Amino acid sequence: MGAHAIPWIVALPLAGAVVNGLWGGRLGRRGVSRVACLSVLGAFVVSAAAARDLAGGRASAAVVHLFEWVAVADFRVSASLQWDPLSALLALLVTGVGFLIHVYSTGYMAGDPDYGRYFAVLNLFVASMLVLVLGANLLVLFVGWELVGLCSYLLIGFWFERPAAAAAGRKAFVVNRVGDAAFVLGILSTWALLGTLEFREIARLVGDGGGALRGHPALVAAALLLFAGAVGKSAQLPLYVWLPDAMEGPTPVSALIHAATMVTAGVFLVGRLWPLFEAASPVLGAVVAPVGAATALFAATVATVQYDMKRVLAYSTISQLGYMFLALGVGAGSAAFFHLTTHAFFKALLFLAAGSVMHALHGQIDLRHLGGLCRAMPVTFLAFAVGALSLAGLPPLSGFWSKEEILHAARLHAVGLWAVALVTSFVTAYYITRAAVLAFLGEPGSFHAHEAPPAMAWPTVALAVLAAFGGFLGAGWAAVPLVAFLQPVFGAHEKLAPPGAVDVGLAVGVAACGTLVGWWTHRGRREVRLGRLRDVLAAQWGLEALYDLAVVRPARALSGWLYHRVDSNVVDRAASAVAEAVVRASGTVRTWQTGNVRQYAAGVLAGAVVLFAYWVLR
Amino acid sequence: MSVPASAYLLLSAALFTLGTVGVLVRRTALILFMSIELMLNAVNLAFVTLARMHGNLDGQLAVFFVLVVAAVEVVVGLSILVHIFRSRDTVDVDEVDLLRG
Repeated sequence: MGAHAIPWIVALPLAGAVVNGLWGGRLGRRGVSRVACLSVLGAFVVSAAAARDLAGGRASAAVVHLFEWVAVADFRVSASLQWDPLSALLALLVTGVGFLIHVYSTGYMAGDPDYGRYFAVLNLFVASMLVLVLGANLLVLFVGWELVGLCSYLLIGFWFERPAAAAAGRKAFVVNRVGDAAFVLGILSTWALLGTLEFREIARLVGDGGGALRGHPALVAAALLLFAGAVGKSAQLPLYVWLPDAMEGPTPVSALIHAATMVTAGVFLVGRLWPLFEAASPVLGAVVAPVGAATALFAATVATVQYDMKRVLAYSTISQLGYMFLALGVGAGSAAFFHLTTHAFFKALLFLAAGSVMHALHGQIDLRHLGGLCRAMPVTFLAFAVGALSLAGLPPLSGFWSKEEILHAARLHAVGLWAVALVTSFVTAYYITRAAVLAFLGEPGSFHAHEAPPAMAWPTVALAVLAAFGGFLGAGWAAVPLVAFLQPVFGAHEKLAPPGAVDVGLAVGVAACGTLVGWWTHRGRREVRLGRLRDVLAAQWGLEALYDLAVVRPARALSGWLYHRVDSNVVDRAASAVAEAVVRASGTVRTWQTGNVRQYAAGVLAGAVVLFAYWVLR
Repeated sequence: MSVPASAYLLLSAALFTLGTVGVLVRRTALILFMSIELMLNAVNLAFVTLARMHGNLDGQLAVFFVLVVAAVEVVVGLSILVHIFRSRDTVDVDEVDLLRG
């Protein structure tokens, strides 16, 4: 399939969004589901065909020029799409996982009155995400970036009649603005420094370590600003606060947007601008890797004390994204994207399983009230178990292969961060086992659970298969297909020696220990007493309170002051004064309008006399 | 004997003043109309006189326009007047002051 087919990948879901958005009410549920699922499936088929040609060498990476978008003096930007291994991988993930989650949603949202709106926005999200990953320059990418932010906002606040959901949507939007402001500045700096926004041109200008520009302060500043944008979108420290709250949205949304695809946009951005980040030499090692490692450990520890299962998964997502940034930071780009891929599988799977639990128990997701679900929901339990063990990193499940690659790369390049990642691996195995044990094992609570309907069970099973065997896509020392596929992006120099037996043994041992400790301490649904530590962890190490104190309260105080003093006393008064002056003036003038014809005639005469007098006497 | 041009102009001024005073002091709409006609024709007289004085046809031409406009104005004005009379039973312009501010 040639490059001419690439625009269809974006156009199909977009058309689905338009159809469902405009005529969703008239199509009926069945019609809406068909349009939504088939448009994403179509995009997946096109992507798969094009990716197969790319991998098979029958087609080469290409840029599809759509039209000239901006042409002001020497600032020229074209609307164009780029098809290369990186965008192909992400397009496959977005459309593939997206399709499964669309199908799942037809079951999960079956009773919702706003069925059409849900699928319209979900399709719009897929289209926007595809614009993001296919964009051939920073500005097109930014359009997709902002659109997915909008869709995220709309879907977090999908049940906007619930105050918590509306507030969570707002929080996500505002926190993302912080990162986006930095991102825009980064784009402008890139333009100022390099004079282009095209990824290929950027790669050409700063490729091979950057040449004369290597470590240039302006380049470092641009990379830092762009990374700040990635931090906001991918919910890393310190801008992670919006993601746990984003779980207020429908669960399939959490699976697709806030686990599998959108939040990986930050990782994708760094991968897309890989030559630039390599050339801005200290940034990757000194900023990206530590931020990633710190976030990974921080979020994993917070996840250990959460009672809302979706929040456990949300913190787990933040933590795993930290792993990806750690991998990018130590120069293992393809390991990061391998983990991005497997994470998309097993995290979407975990969310879908959690969604099935919520669906069966009418929204109950509190781990303190669950338990013993494995008997009533065997399929969901098995799926969750596959996802959990994969997340924990036990072989031969997919998470093991990708996490192992990251740990290996970290040990070779930054031993300190490797230790952090290893501890995180233990905590990860612990918290996900805890969640699984509390929800599915032990004595059943007082509820009637039922297995998920087929529309929800099948996508879950499909993702379970992917999460179980997806690791063989890119297992570093097996056939290496994924690494080889991504080689044009990250370069050939990133060849790791196969991990030794000690590496593998340590990784597996730590993960197994975490799993066993998690199972042992919580067996029979017991809770561990942590004392003060629990409070610290539940308060997110005090970060949320710190933001409240440093940002939210001052902002509220300032707004209150502006409202009471400036708005009420100055702006409102000025407006009222103008209005009152007009009323008073017109009160005077209206008395001249007597309605008496003869008085008007006298006025005309007087005017004529005055004019005549002026004429004669001047 | 020839009448001097100034006499025509004086007559025109007198008629115009008469019409103006009529508009200002009379309250019956019909009389108002007649007064306005008087003013218009006073101006016509001045036009014709001055055209003759200067040997220029422009003034005479203007008279035609004034006549046409006056005729039209009477048609519209009288029909308005009829409607006012039908709805309010009066043609006293002082009592027709609905547009008072």
